[in-house]
Amino acid sequence: MTAPAIELKGISKAFGPVQANKDISISVQPGTIHGIIGENGAGKSTLMSILYGFYKADAGEIYIKGEKTQIPDSLHAIKAGIGMVFQHFKLVENFTVLENIILGAEEGAMLNSSLGKARKQLKHLAEEYGLNVDPDALIENLSVGHQQRVEILKALYRQADILILDEPTGVLTPAEADQLFRILDRLRDEGKTIILITHKLREIMDITNTVSVMRRGEMTATVKTAETSPEELAELMVGRKVLLRVDKKPAEPTSTVLDVQSLRVIDDKGVERVKGIDLTVRAGEIVGIAGVAGNGQSELLEVLGGFADGTGTITVNGKQIPLTGHGADGQARRAAGIAHVPEDRQREGLIMEYSAWENTVFGYHHAPEYQSGMLMDNSGIQTEAQAKMDRFDVRPPDPRLAAKNFSGGNQQKIVLAREIERNPDLLLIGQPTRGVDIGAIEFIHQQIVNLRDQGKAILLVSVELDEIMSLSDRIAVMFDGHIMGERDPAQTDEKELGLMMAGITDTKGTEAQTNG
Amino acid sequence: MDKMPHWADIVLIPIISLILAAFFSALVILAIGESPVAAFTLMVEGALMRSAGWGYTLYYATNFMFTGLAVSVAFHARMFNIGGEGQAMIGGLGVALVCLYIPWPHWSLAILGASAGAAIFGAAWALIPAYLQAKRGSHIVITTIMFNFIAAALLNYVLVNLLRPVGAMDPASAKFPSGTHLPTFRDMFSTADNILFRGSPANVTFFLAIAACVLVWFLIWRTRLGYELRAFGHSESGAKYAGISPVRITVIAMLISGALAGMMAVNTTMGESERLILNATEGAGFIGIAVALMGRSHPFGVFLAAILFGFLYQGGAELALWTSIPRELIVVIQALVILFTGALDNMVRMPLEKMFLALRRRKA
Repeated sequence: MTAPAIELKGISKAFGPVQANKDISISVQPGTIHGIIGENGAGKSTLMSILYGFYKADAGEIYIKGEKTQIPDSLHAIKAGIGMVFQHFKLVENFTVLENIILGAEEGAMLNSSLGKARKQLKHLAEEYGLNVDPDALIENLSVGHQQRVEILKALYRQADILILDEPTGVLTPAEADQLFRILDRLRDEGKTIILITHKLREIMDITNTVSVMRRGEMTATVKTAETSPEELAELMVGRKVLLRVDKKPAEPTSTVLDVQSLRVIDDKGVERVKGIDLTVRAGEIVGIAGVAGNGQSELLEVLGGFADGTGTITVNGKQIPLTGHGADGQARRAAGIAHVPEDRQREGLIMEYSAWENTVFGYHHAPEYQSGMLMDNSGIQTEAQAKMDRFDVRPPDPRLAAKNFSGGNQQKIVLAREIERNPDLLLIGQPTRGVDIGAIEFIHQQIVNLRDQGKAILLVSVELDEIMSLSDRIAVMFDGHIMGERDPAQTDEKELGLMMAGITDTKGTEAQTNG
Repeated sequence: MDKMPHWADIVLIPIISLILAAFFSALVILAIGESPVAAFTLMVEGALMRSAGWGYTLYYATNFMFTGLAVSVAFHARMFNIGGEGQAMIGGLGVALVCLYIPWPHWSLAILGASAGAAIFGAAWALIPAYLQAKRGSHIVITTIMFNFIAAALLNYVLVNLLRPVGAMDPASAKFPSGTHLPTFRDMFSTADNILFRGSPANVTFFLAIAACVLVWFLIWRTRLGYELRAFGHSESGAKYAGISPVRITVIAMLISGALAGMMAVNTTMGESERLILNATEGAGFIGIAVALMGRSHPFGVFLAAILFGFLYQGGAELALWTSIPRELIVVIQALVILFTGALDNMVRMPLEKMFLALRRRKA
């Protein structure tokens, strides 16, 4: 057996009192795809940052191809043949592909010679691995999938034979993700070693040879992918049995709560984001909006939630609500019975520096029950916050702690507790489980289904297709500001939805439309 | 988890900053051949050991409390109001008009009227930059600085051409009528055989400043407006989500800030000079920035920092009077304090945070 491509022995790393990595040992065989799976905060990113030279481990040794190696910074990592593709691309938007690829690897003061060399090299790489990108295209004109290819090419251009990919499919359509996996397959066949960091069980099962599970800074298991199951992996990640499917009865929708007619939204830059959509949500059902991020779903939520302007007609419970000017802000929306769990809880749903109790009234701070004369009833709010946090199992249950000190899942529970307990007629909910650990996902999904069973209308936007399929009673797919069509989750599959998400109008036509 | 305990943030950092500033000031004094110990003793004696010294220290501190609070309130809404100087000048105009043209029967009524005049004029001067920021996106730092110059020019014009009594040579208004005379500390605290605060300008406005500190505390941490203001300061996108209008908060925060800065003029114009003069503000608007930074934008911190800067001002004046240390050097010393407590905050903070992390790790 050849020496492992990467071998880590007893790696530990602490940030203050937090032990991010605890005595981690792992061995990655050359020419394989090795998955690393774990919840947010399990220590995956820290481990990879140590491998790439961003952090220095407190203890432990790194062996690359059998040789003990010190990696004090990313230059050494690159020299050792390690390439990293980050979740958020590090590309210069107004540079061409070629310019981005040589950035930091220029040879000499004049660009021309390195550009020429890179062009040749790029052509060669494209042929070898099927990584086709126009070298003269500007990054900002490329699709997200192609930008990611540029990142991979950057690493390969620097002669990486070990590639680390951090949550690579988070921003891709299912089709783009398939293409990425085909490329990774080919890279593996050519002898490259790939480490894939993800929280998606399906990706692990589809493509990896071996998978390591991390939990709370520790490596809990390393298993052959062929010899495990998603259920077993989920249990290893969370430390207990987890329900992967949402347990819910068929919906019993009644009257229409939300009715959107020919809604258009133009953003600050003058780009039309929502291009005339019609949509209804009835009491007692969950309507899911599927789509790749950036196709108008966020803007739809923002207009409904009252913090962006739009044109068209929106009625809630038969009453038309204004879309611009006074009376169209978040306060008016809440008064109309609309609650909103926004997509970005850290920038919108919460004030991170505010304590939990202050956040439990955020947006509802005008409500008479929170006032006491001219002042706010802070002690009353604190008592109520404590009760809410207990009911929604927020941990730690300390209302005086600042929001930024809670984990993603617990932050989301604070937002959910606030919005759901106002007893709204319509709940808008965007990316309910983004950055939320599996254990909390189960709880959050259950809360959403409970609200539906109380006869409330729910509009769900998520880029996680699994989540849309398991929660929704009706699925609408958005692409480029349009609704491509509606489907019954029981009568569709990921392939069909994936095609619609990529803007390909299907052949099955209108049969599912009648469900709406 | 916070990087270090709260008390270290609000107590330890300012103290270390002060020690550093004192150290470098000592070097500067040594460099010109004077004794730092003697200079420091003189400052303490001149500013704190005699009641008249306190009378000056607290007079300056009153100014700095108002301007420090003004900067703090704007800070909480994440705006940098550098226009305290101009707002205080225009506030002085408000005080002068109220005192000159309304016959006041008693000072207690006059101070209320003058406060209202100062606040309204100061707020009005802050309104224009606020509106330009909220509606047009003109950066408030730039506009408020510019408005300082405009205020100075406007005051000059008004004093020379409109308020100057016939025949007077200096650009100042007529003396205010005696009904507007505010009780000084000497009036209030002296007994027949023990005269205190002789010749010093501290007056009843000091207590107005303390009341302002308390009211600002309630405003920021106990009212709905304060809640919205801080939320907007932390996250504008969050505020929009909650239905808090950025335009409204920007304008209101700046109005309150301008009003507080303007109210400084009650102390200088009504309490001290008893007429409107050209440079009554003496840079207190800018010192307010340092006071707010050092006081962590908390009214109690502002109170303490204002007294410290009052001491530096008065102590500095003593140095100029009794030693050969030139006046410019005293400005250098004051600048060092501002530099270390305000601008170089992170220089002290980062090593301290590392130290606390290391301590905690050792314990864990």
